[in-house]
Amino acid sequence: MIELDGLTKRFGNKVAVDHLSCRVRPGMVTGFLGPNGAGKSTTMRMMLDLDNPTSGSVRIDGRHYRDLQEPLKHIGALLDAKSMHGGRSAYNNLLCLAQSNRIPTSRVSQVLDTVGLTAVAKKKSKGFSLGMGQRLGIAAALLGDPEILMFDEPVNGLDPEGIHWIRNLMKTLASEGRTIFVSSHLMSEMALTADHLIVIGQGKLLADTSMADFIHENSRSYVRMRSPEQERLRDLLHAEGIVAVESGNGTLEIDGEAPERLGELAGRHGIVLHELSAQRASLEEAFMQMTAGSVEYHAHSDRDGAEPPPVGPHWGEQWNQQQSGGAAGDRAKEV
Amino acid sequence: MASVPAVLNSEWTKIRTVSSTTWTLICAFLVTVAMGAALSALLNSQFDDLSSAERATFDPTYVSFSGMVLGQLAMVVFGVLVVGTEYSSGMIRTSLSAVPQRGSFLFSKIAVAGVLALLVGLATSFVTFFLGQALLGDRGTDIGAENVLRAVVGGGIYMGLIAVFSMGVATMLRSSMLSLGILMPFFFLVSQILTAVPGAKSVARYFPDQAGSKIMQVVPDAMNSDPAPYGPWAGLGIMALWVIAALVGGYLVLKKRDA
Repeated sequence: MIELDGLTKRFGNKVAVDHLSCRVRPGMVTGFLGPNGAGKSTTMRMMLDLDNPTSGSVRIDGRHYRDLQEPLKHIGALLDAKSMHGGRSAYNNLLCLAQSNRIPTSRVSQVLDTVGLTAVAKKKSKGFSLGMGQRLGIAAALLGDPEILMFDEPVNGLDPEGIHWIRNLMKTLASEGRTIFVSSHLMSEMALTADHLIVIGQGKLLADTSMADFIHENSRSYVRMRSPEQERLRDLLHAEGIVAVESGNGTLEIDGEAPERLGELAGRHGIVLHELSAQRASLEEAFMQMTAGSVEYHAHSDRDGAEPPPVGPHWGEQWNQQQSGGAAGDRAKEV
Repeated sequence: MASVPAVLNSEWTKIRTVSSTTWTLICAFLVTVAMGAALSALLNSQFDDLSSAERATFDPTYVSFSGMVLGQLAMVVFGVLVVGTEYSSGMIRTSLSAVPQRGSFLFSKIAVAGVLALLVGLATSFVTFFLGQALLGDRGTDIGAENVLRAVVGGGIYMGLIAVFSMGVATMLRSSMLSLGILMPFFFLVSQILTAVPGAKSVARYFPDQAGSKIMQVVPDAMNSDPAPYGPWAGLGIMALWVIAALVGGYLVLKKRDA
């Protein structure tokens, strides 16, 4: 269990992490999601007591990181692939970590075997590919057989086989009752591994919800209609009490109506349709919409329709209300 | 708190498993001994060409330590790399995750590396002394002579302190390149040049290397060097104060700044 309480980090007058409070629970994979620069890595570094918080605190099983005796036995972390001395062999890099926390030496060979690096155990780690470096970092995290594991963007730079391996590893570790906390900027990746989601943008908590809830709420389905007689169509829908939202390019988006009904309606009134289609927003879109207001580095494009979709101003609050209503937990059980 | 013997053990593994340890320490030994031997042989053959003042203060022990000027630079490199590679490799984050108590981490590392530098320094000091005396022939001195043992042991301590001072500076600057860029020219050029400049001399004699190297002189003001207002042990004490200041500075930086 990791508890964050009002965690805040300022660099000069820039706020990297802004009063972040949440819990990471055992027995599941918790995804930590946010666009680049959202403060994910800073938060993780503060969890490990590498960065000093400006205010607020982090508790690992109720204790501050610095008060942990032999911390590798409580929490293992992969921060970035290059966090080992390149001139030292993989085995020796792990050996000095093991010794500092009085972990039996035999454990070093064990974890090297787990991550599949036994063959290169005696090789200097500077010759390692990104994927091998990532595996070595994971071996270091597993060294103390900790109850809590943290991975910062573990799939970055990995080949499909490596990504598959990491996903399965995280699921296995969670099924053993461990607390798994994994950051990513890819919603699609999280959808495959995480049971719970914590979303941040510009250091602020945007959502703290179960994955099942997130999918339920966000895979919005709607009907898209396009007609050369847009005004007539719009009046018709209005008269029927159907809310249509204009989405540019002369199309209308209608929530909560079946395409059959809309098609029949248009047919009865003789309105020509160029398009009538059922649409489903992807989780990636939902995530982008949620964080659009808080993305720090926008790419600019002159093409029509390439702007980020309009943002409801209260996304985060909406989530928090649901969370406090206790509905999230119930729904998670249903799924 | 982390167990200190465990952290010492871990730091020892770190030091013995990188090649830079071996080559910097071998360098320190070879350069000091070779240059000391060469200058001993040279001064022995050209003794008659020395000025009368230099002949009057001829110090065979100090002459055999002439190689320290260069050899200490290898010790600087050793000290800087022990700390600096933690930062350049990113290992520091892994290390501090394993041992979050900054004091235990830093002082275990410096204790292990400092003792190793001291032992290599002592070996270097004794070998360069005996080789130098052998080459000086009749002009040489004996380890049993007054103050000679103090100078030889002091030479070893001097090398150890230079390494520890460099570790402290590297912890403050958190970078190998920056630390070497400052320490190498300082010890090799700035300190040597300033001691020769009349106005700067009175300040430069309190620099760590200038003050510390007095411990290696048996004859006061050996080889017609500048008279210092402190004795050999006080000189080493001044150097020790510099080392303590560097370590305190390094500790504070490590404690306050984000890794």
